[in-house]
Amino acid sequence: MYGWTGRILRINLSDSTVKTEALKKSDLQDYIGARGLGTKLFTDEVDPKVDPLSEANKLIFMTGPLTGTAASSAGRYNVVTKGVLNGTIAASNSGGSFGPEIKYAGYDGFIIEGKASNPVYLWIYNDQAEIRDASEIWGKDTVETTDMIKEATIDEAKVACIGPAGENLVKFACIMNEYNRAAGRSGAGAVMGAKNLKAIAIRGTKGLKVADNTKFLDVIMDARGKLQAHPVTGAGLKAYGTNILVNILNEHGGLPFKNFSEAAIFPKAEKISGEYQAEKYLLRNKGCFGCSIGCGRVTKIKQGKYKGLGEGPEYEATWAMGANLALANFEAISKANFLCNELGLDPITMGGTLGCAIEMVEKGFIPEEDTGIEMRWADPDLLIDMVKKTAFREGFGNRLAEGSYRLAESYGHPEFSMTVKKQELPAYDPRGQQGIGLNYATSNRGGCHVRGYMTSPEVLGIPVVVDPDATEGKSELLIIFQDLTALVDSAGLCLFITFALGLPEISEQLRTATGVTMTDEEFLLAGERIWNLERMFNLQAGFSKDDDTLPRRLLEEPMAAGPHEGRVVELDKMLPEYYGLRGWDDNGIPTEDKLSQLGIS
Amino acid sequence: MKITVKLFAYLRAGRFKISSMDLPEDCTVQEVLEMLAISRKEMEIGIIMINGKRASFNSILKGNDTLAIFPPVAGG
Repeated sequence: MYGWTGRILRINLSDSTVKTEALKKSDLQDYIGARGLGTKLFTDEVDPKVDPLSEANKLIFMTGPLTGTAASSAGRYNVVTKGVLNGTIAASNSGGSFGPEIKYAGYDGFIIEGKASNPVYLWIYNDQAEIRDASEIWGKDTVETTDMIKEATIDEAKVACIGPAGENLVKFACIMNEYNRAAGRSGAGAVMGAKNLKAIAIRGTKGLKVADNTKFLDVIMDARGKLQAHPVTGAGLKAYGTNILVNILNEHGGLPFKNFSEAAIFPKAEKISGEYQAEKYLLRNKGCFGCSIGCGRVTKIKQGKYKGLGEGPEYEATWAMGANLALANFEAISKANFLCNELGLDPITMGGTLGCAIEMVEKGFIPEEDTGIEMRWADPDLLIDMVKKTAFREGFGNRLAEGSYRLAESYGHPEFSMTVKKQELPAYDPRGQQGIGLNYATSNRGGCHVRGYMTSPEVLGIPVVVDPDATEGKSELLIIFQDLTALVDSAGLCLFITFALGLPEISEQLRTATGVTMTDEEFLLAGERIWNLERMFNLQAGFSKDDDTLPRRLLEEPMAAGPHEGRVVELDKMLPEYYGLRGWDDNGIPTEDKLSQLGIS
Repeated sequence: MKITVKLFAYLRAGRFKISSMDLPEDCTVQEVLEMLAISRKEMEIGIIMINGKRASFNSILKGNDTLAIFPPVAGG
């Protein structure tokens, strides 16, 4: 087999068994890999109504056919599970070198099932896989855990692990690999914690085969050339990282401020911008496995009480724990981000939940005596304190650990939770971008920007310029973005390549790597198939049309000022058209014809 | 007429972050770019906003406008 290895490991933690299984060729072609293949295997095996924290939930780590090859930016893997935060199908995507190492050990991925009776970690070295005791490591942060496991195995091992947040079943705990890369959203780390699985360490020394070496090299060199030549992927992301978006979204009037409660403009945005980060704190940029883009930030706060060294913060974390909290202290935001990595927390939901809590206290919906600490905007020490308390579920942190929806609902006011399907929204106020609003409402894992990144055409003008305030044409464009993203995620590629590369380049890489003779259109159809399979899982899990919506504030409270003053998200103008173009009925359910066309039974 | 010009990312090198410029009436974005020695080719897929709304090389500026100029950059 080419591109794929065709094999997975099945690890059952309840009876401590490990076995190798072959994958079906038809599943590989239909669902490609990573997010798509993981979802196919998951939905074949797991009841959609399963309790995410129960023994019956599974955790699938899956790579794509390009993961670990010489293609640029092909270091990705996905963790597929039923998300703890909101119960949707969760595919959490991470980079680094962990994914490629899975391939080099001879697998496309692994299915982890059951629950260990005591804390354990997995050690996989090529064909040898063992379940080891982790009682000494339990309780350690992700840096200590990684170091201890490398010490106990070999230094070359790549380690993915959870921190205290995952152990404490924080609903937005993430999985960290190689210290700074995160399968960040939806609470996949809490699923690991519930299974008593502290970490997975892997080392592989096998090679990978592609179908046509010569053609594959030609194709990837062409793609690498395009990535280098494009100003965004060849220069901009390297120099400024994702935080370049702070000033862009602020000028656009779409940088959410104070839990989306005021106009989406932060007067102090410059102090948390990519330009500021690069000028003051950036040591160097860093790339994931085989990536020529190198958007990663190695950041150092040299002195003061927020002193620290780590990676990031990325745009989403900077916004969530910065502008969202009216906080312009870049050093404190960096420290909070480092802590999220070390403790194993998703910084988007962390910042979103804290912002929700501060607004509710300010407006009198959460009694001050409940918090045990003064809750106010722009307080750097509150942020640091709450990140720590949340990971350990201490004091009011125990409430924040449930995410903003459960917090706001417990006080009778879920409308203060800026979530879709109980997952916190990222850093784009949709009242300034109608298309991203439709994306949030229809995303298969709730509030999320990386399922259909409409900011690209609506604000950045890539690959086409569209009017952000218009509703016309957004459904059609979003569907292409969603399906193409599903393909990119499933191939094992980083989404950032799509600033410079399109479907033809991605498809040609897949064809020459795997030898599969699918057309560009058939690859995009695979993306659509994956989207629909995720949709079917969510519907069977209990979600409905009623959940394809936005927080009331974004639909009813007009933007208070700025370029998009007076606007709300006109979801009712877009959603019916979206359903129709998707081939779904009026209730958002894929029709029999659509499922039959896609081969979903 | 006076307008405010904001530059971002590497366009700031050797220029400024924010500046007030005194311009003739009906001045276009293209003319401002020329005054600042920013090449049109460099900005072909850059982001130009006037008062937060996307603008083009040919957009005409009015007094008190804020012109924001980003080179081709993106994130996510």
